[in-house]
Amino acid sequence: MKAQHPVGVIGSGSFGTAIANVLSKNRDVLLYSRRKDVVESIIETGEHKGKKLSENITPIGNLEEIAKNCSLIFPIVPAAHFREMMKEISPFLKPYHILIHGTKGLDSPRKNNEQEGRTPFSREQVRTMSEVILEESVVNRVGCFSGPNLSRELNDDQLAATVVASKFDEVIKEGQRALASNRFKVYGSYELTGIELAGALKNVIAIASGALSGLGYGENAKAMLLSRGLVEITFLGKALGGNTQAFLGLAGVGDLIATCSSPLSRNFSVGFGLAKGKKLDEILAGMNDIAEGVHTVPIIKSMADFYSVRAPITQTLHKILFHNFSIEEGISFLMNYPITRDVDFL
Amino acid sequence: MSLIKKIDYVEPDLEKWPIVKLTHQRNEFIREVAEDSISRLAKTGSSHPIIEEAVYLEKIRLTEKPWKVDRADEPVFWANIRKRLIKNASSKEKSAELDKEILELIVSRYSNEIAGKFNIPTFNFARKFVPIIFSRFLNAASNRNWKRIFSQQHRLYDRLQTFGDSEQIRKLSKIGTVVLVPTHFSNMDPFLIGYAIDALGLQPFLYGAGFNLYNNPLEAFFINRLGAYKVDRRKKNQIYLETLKSYSRQAICHGCHSLFFPGGTRSRSGGLESKLKLGLLGTAIDAQLLNFMKDGKDAKKIFVLPLVISYHFVLEASSLIEEQLKSSGREKYYIENDQFTSVYKITRFLWDFFARGSEIALSLGKPMDLFGNYVDEEGRSFTKSGTEIDVRDYFITNGELKAVPQRDAEYTRILGQKIIQSYFKWNIVFSSHLIAYTAFKLLKKNSPKLDLYGLLRIPEDFRVIPYHQFYSAIQQIMETLLKMEGDGRLILAPHLKKPIEEIIRHGLKNLGLYHTQKVLSTDKNGNIYCNDMKLLLFYSNRMEGYNLTV
Repeated sequence: MKAQHPVGVIGSGSFGTAIANVLSKNRDVLLYSRRKDVVESIIETGEHKGKKLSENITPIGNLEEIAKNCSLIFPIVPAAHFREMMKEISPFLKPYHILIHGTKGLDSPRKNNEQEGRTPFSREQVRTMSEVILEESVVNRVGCFSGPNLSRELNDDQLAATVVASKFDEVIKEGQRALASNRFKVYGSYELTGIELAGALKNVIAIASGALSGLGYGENAKAMLLSRGLVEITFLGKALGGNTQAFLGLAGVGDLIATCSSPLSRNFSVGFGLAKGKKLDEILAGMNDIAEGVHTVPIIKSMADFYSVRAPITQTLHKILFHNFSIEEGISFLMNYPITRDVDFL
Repeated sequence: MSLIKKIDYVEPDLEKWPIVKLTHQRNEFIREVAEDSISRLAKTGSSHPIIEEAVYLEKIRLTEKPWKVDRADEPVFWANIRKRLIKNASSKEKSAELDKEILELIVSRYSNEIAGKFNIPTFNFARKFVPIIFSRFLNAASNRNWKRIFSQQHRLYDRLQTFGDSEQIRKLSKIGTVVLVPTHFSNMDPFLIGYAIDALGLQPFLYGAGFNLYNNPLEAFFINRLGAYKVDRRKKNQIYLETLKSYSRQAICHGCHSLFFPGGTRSRSGGLESKLKLGLLGTAIDAQLLNFMKDGKDAKKIFVLPLVISYHFVLEASSLIEEQLKSSGREKYYIENDQFTSVYKITRFLWDFFARGSEIALSLGKPMDLFGNYVDEEGRSFTKSGTEIDVRDYFITNGELKAVPQRDAEYTRILGQKIIQSYFKWNIVFSSHLIAYTAFKLLKKNSPKLDLYGLLRIPEDFRVIPYHQFYSAIQQIMETLLKMEGDGRLILAPHLKKPIEEIIRHGLKNLGLYHTQKVLSTDKNGNIYCNDMKLLLFYSNRMEGYNLTV
């Protein structure tokens, strides 16, 4: 079932490339990379990130070409570069374009290191990626997809599912048509903000989960973290304009379980490395792709302060990541934290 | 800032006005409306259940909410429909066809009822005499003396300050169709808007007038002949709503400039609208698509023009805020007893209005297309960064120009948000809004343990704000407001550019001028004292939504 127009993927990191492969089953794909050497090497070798790319994928270094040839585009670039990328492509976008992003992070006006001692963020200063798209372009028909989709497993064509969220039926339908296959199931949702927040917030818990694993804790500890983490991110998500349902679906619980259990997950490996005594800078320098959670933690911590929402895991993680708090100290703080109610968000 | 002056009509030949043309082809137009509604209703499936719903709801309306203006044959009409419906249900083969006949009957009755007439002589009369009557009133009332009725001292347009680019709006009205979306605080609004439209030299705007207004013969006479169409808020059945929308949609397609109060009714809280009724607004989006489908790239564009009206006082403030507090904000049906149903009350209202002479500001926002993009003088849409946008592209799905109801409903919701944002942006802040907001927030701050209802019942001793506290709070907010004005987030009235003491004095003098008791006054020690907490809440709400901290 090949439709006439190719679809565009912006960003050729591991996830972008994996999604390009998924899309190539149904459509021709234009895969954008801002690095010339990457484009050239794919053309030359037909490979990227150690994986052979489908013939239907054409690498491309020009955003204008993407906008001209594709009405359906999947931007998958790190949150920190997302706005910049939108500014670049914006002059070429028209109101008929549909953008479905796959970035699980948040956009804020200040970076991590500029955070200290400033007034905390309110939700008004923080944007989800779809909000960045709306702000920076004429595109109205936006959506996102999110779920337990580890790049390496997608590359191996293993079974997986995701959820496409948008206010527009049309966007959900188009996203499903392009992504779905008999190995990849695609659900739909109208809860765009909730789904985006779930995707971004779960990374925070993934880092914590990696840390517990790194210290050698077992399944009880992980299960405790996951369920308490779910409560925390659901609360935060609600305070930031998401809804509870989104957190209980694929993009919430689903993705939480996948990223918190798998050493394949980047955010997980950040926590794991920390527990093994590595420094944060060291860990990040050794990674090919960006671990979104590291950028999300300060933003979420700041907003939790602004709205006086209790977010003990995020707050502790913030201290560990940026204030040389030891993980053991963090664990002892959390174990003595005075919350005793189990679930009260439903 | 400019004062409204009499200007020439953009299109001096009345016969060329779409609203006049539609009146000439009234029957044809009604048929068009009926056909459109029937085809749209047909898309929702079998007509049987919607007819049943209509019959049921109309029966309830007839017994529970009868109005003088209702046609005498209504009970008979609906009884007949009911009989035919029952009969149809028993004839198995042809029931769908027979139901369609009934549907046509109902739709045709509704569209006839909704349709307005535009009468040139009445319009000319109103155009000539209404401003004169206003001016006479103004002079007599301002001097509290009927003998001054022929004085030339006061003119209405001296009272009205308009902000915004009226020249652009005149140009746009010539090349496209304008949909005016004003805020709604007072029953005074339609008068002022009508006057302003005329003073700008624009053609009359098509306006859905509440059916209740027709209960008054004098008003009915005018409204009927000034092109307004009738909106009966008692009728909530799907067939009626669809017919009403078809009327608005087709009229916009024919190029009639239209006026919607997107807030539905007057703001009960006194705040800028935060939730809009989207039904009629959606018809503008449908109409734009129909224009593109019919005329391709050269189709007439539809422009949205927000209008924010600022008053120092709202005559109906007390009853509005009472309703707000009591309810729920749900629409009530005893509109028959509203202030505006008798000539005496209108006269009284106008008298009071002019007697308490104070400023009124009409702020015309920057015109937008239906997607919230600003347009230039030629009606071209642009992105924030200055790239031109082809609005047609919004209606393209899978490479095709077509209607997609869910998409268009979402567009309507987005348009509603853009309109709300524009209200905040073009809002003219008055001294009275500022002092009411500051006073209410300070009283709240000074009694932090009270909830809203406790605060409204706060004893007199606690309703005093030390002048120095009030002064420094105003000073602080003014700093923020000036910065916000610099960022284009609101507009400050010229009188707010004065020293703080003067702003406070100006505000105290003007806030809720009409009410028997001043809302805020100074006590013998020079401190600020609140006489009426509910009214203070009402006026303070006007500044709500800007996230100001006191």
